[in-house]
Amino acid sequence: MSFKIMPKAALPDWVTWLKNRYRVVGPTARQGQYVFAEIASPDELVLDYPTSVLPPKKYLLPQRETLFTFDAQSMQMKANIEWEPTVILGVHTCDMHAIRLLDKVHATGYTDQHYQAHRQHTTLVSIECLSPCMEQSFCKSMGTLTVPEDYDLHLTDLGDSYGVDVGSEKGEALLQGFTAIWDPTSEDYQRINKVMAEKWPRFSYRLNFDVTELPDLLALSNNSSLWNELGDICLGCGQCTKVCPTCYCFDVRDEVDLSLTKGQRTRTWDSCQIDRFATVAGGHNFRSTRALRNRHRFMRKGKYHLEAYGLIGCVGCGRCAAACLVHITPVDTFNELYRRHKKGEILEEAKQA
Amino acid sequence: MTTLLKETLKHSSIYMPTPARITAVKDLTALEKLFTIELPSGFSLNHRPGQFVQISVLGVGEAPISISSSPSRSNGSFEVCVRRVGSVTNAMHALKPGAMLGLRGPFGRGFPVERFRGKDILFVPGGLGLAPLRSLINEVLDERGKYGRVIILYGTRSPSEILFRDEIAQWQQRTDIEFHMTVDRADESWTGNVGVVTTLFPKVQIHPRNMVAVVVGPPVMYRFVLMELLGKGIAEGNIWFSFERHMKCGVGKCGHCQMHHIYTCQDGPSFSYAEIKHLEEAL
Ligand SMILES: Cc1cc2nc3c(=O)[nH]c(=O)nc-3n(C[C@H](O)[C@H](O)[C@H](O)COP(=O)(O)OP(=O)(O)OC[C@H]3O[C@@H](n4cnc5c(N)ncnc54)[C@H](O)[C@@H]3O)c2cc1C
Ligand code: SF4
Ligand code: SF4
Ligand code: FES
Repeated sequence: MSFKIMPKAALPDWVTWLKNRYRVVGPTARQGQYVFAEIASPDELVLDYPTSVLPPKKYLLPQRETLFTFDAQSMQMKANIEWEPTVILGVHTCDMHAIRLLDKVHATGYTDQHYQAHRQHTTLVSIECLSPCMEQSFCKSMGTLTVPEDYDLHLTDLGDSYGVDVGSEKGEALLQGFTAIWDPTSEDYQRINKVMAEKWPRFSYRLNFDVTELPDLLALSNNSSLWNELGDICLGCGQCTKVCPTCYCFDVRDEVDLSLTKGQRTRTWDSCQIDRFATVAGGHNFRSTRALRNRHRFMRKGKYHLEAYGLIGCVGCGRCAAACLVHITPVDTFNELYRRHKKGEILEEAKQA
Repeated sequence: MTTLLKETLKHSSIYMPTPARITAVKDLTALEKLFTIELPSGFSLNHRPGQFVQISVLGVGEAPISISSSPSRSNGSFEVCVRRVGSVTNAMHALKPGAMLGLRGPFGRGFPVERFRGKDILFVPGGLGLAPLRSLINEVLDERGKYGRVIILYGTRSPSEILFRDEIAQWQQRTDIEFHMTVDRADESWTGNVGVVTTLFPKVQIHPRNMVAVVVGPPVMYRFVLMELLGKGIAEGNIWFSFERHMKCGVGKCGHCQMHHIYTCQDGPSFSYAEIKHLEEAL
């Protein structure tokens, strides 16, 4: 829509201005790590951050959410659709791609009104990543090093100022009446071009093959012995899915108060890596081993999501790799499959099955 | 004006059930009961055989349960057959006529009944699989003239687990149905066939060219019955299953029922073999 320049010196004032109108959330430093949290004062905000422990997803799909409240005696039920006008500042480009996928999932088939309510009242201010945020990230390989077009505002660090891309009316509203910004000069344009040109070489490709080959590679890899090897070391803890910005599976349970009639039905994050996730009555488990569950997770990230939603399910943030105690990572997994494929092992194992 | 129950999913939350009343409860076996559930006045279920509903006992939880009555016999009310296995199903078994439940659905796409017309139909229910298949069987029997031969091969683990005994007695009487039954383990009362459901196949003549087979039962049964059906030359697209998966939402969001890129709750639970044969996790 339009492009503006905001001096860094104006940021605290802007955040304060936003705080008067919205809940403002952004990356903050907590015990040596970075977490998205409500910004109490502008100096808590750290826009130049290595990636956060949990993605900003938690504001769209809370870890625990009440779906409706009920009175079992009178069969009264009331939907609980919650939202709070929120601005999320400093969303990395990979996380923006992840939100794009979540948007698609929650609008496909039936619309999930709980997600929608959070999403519609959330304004996303993304930030251009100018250097790799952590050792485990591989966004360049996954094509998520640039922002998708779903941002409301997008910031680019130009040294003493930010370039501000306005992507929507919601974004525009964040700047309305805020006077310390100006239209870019030709020098500003030159600077932003320079920053963008210099950024690319700082990131490296970490997949040893082109990501467009990943779904095919996975399709061939159903019977790879790699899954058993991963299954042997995986702890089945589910940490990898808890931190993933594209995971959205949930469990549902009823909670009743002391009266035993009034209560609520809630949903909480769940993980396909936990053993009982796919168990049905009679005890049959459709993914009974950690090997099968690992395979499911990587297939879901690299293949199934593409088939179901047209978007790849992994955005290369590297959080799962950082969180896994036994160092199972998507990059190593995908590269190892590729290496075995080059050696002919994958096709051999497929033939034998 | 009747409102379809499904329309309620468009209301404020897709997860919120609609209250409905139990009007009758009938013991089928020691573990299974048949519930008749009446929709609120003005509501209609309008289901297809093979679809399921999410049933809530508020305060306990929700579980997916197949609709057991046929569309031809359910109007303002329908039936479900529930096996007592855990928290929700136990709570349901404690309910008496007059008690209220919550309903969502119907979910899934069900069986493509119109594609079965004009064909011979072989039903292979195993155990509790008869509960969902009963919906399709009775739909077919109520429109008997639209189908060719109707063959039912029913297997349970023991005679005490036989469901819908009254209806089975009627089916056995009819000359336009070929009905055979077997149990894995017999007791003193049993004089019929003993053995798994595949031991019934030699009892019927199968002309594969014009036959649809519909198989619903426990996961272990599928591979064996499938081998039999393929061996007889029935087309892959004419062999239908219904899959059970862990389900929480019914609307393709919670991920529990995912089978490859497919959500069983929405894209199934019924599938033809042709549709799923490439899916490693299906059978
Ligand atoms: C499409 C479909 C149709 C079904 N139709 C019928 C039917 O007609 N009659 C019938 O008696 N049962 C049916 N079931 C099975 C029934 O849903 C489960 O037995 C029920 O969910 C158990 O709920 P519970 O709270 O009583 O048990 P729980 O206390 O939750 O658990 C008992 C066992 O059931 C498994 N389980 C729990 N929740 C689910 C779930 N949501 N889906 C599948 N397994 C689960 C658990 O892993 C455990 O092994 C159907 C299941 C599906 C998926
Ligand atoms: S799978 Fe791992 S790297 Fe990929 S998006 Fe999820 S957490 Fe990030
Ligand atoms: S974090 Fe690692 S150990 Fe834990 S379930 Fe995921 S892959 Fe397995
Ligand atoms: S039951 Fe939740 S996705 Fe199918």
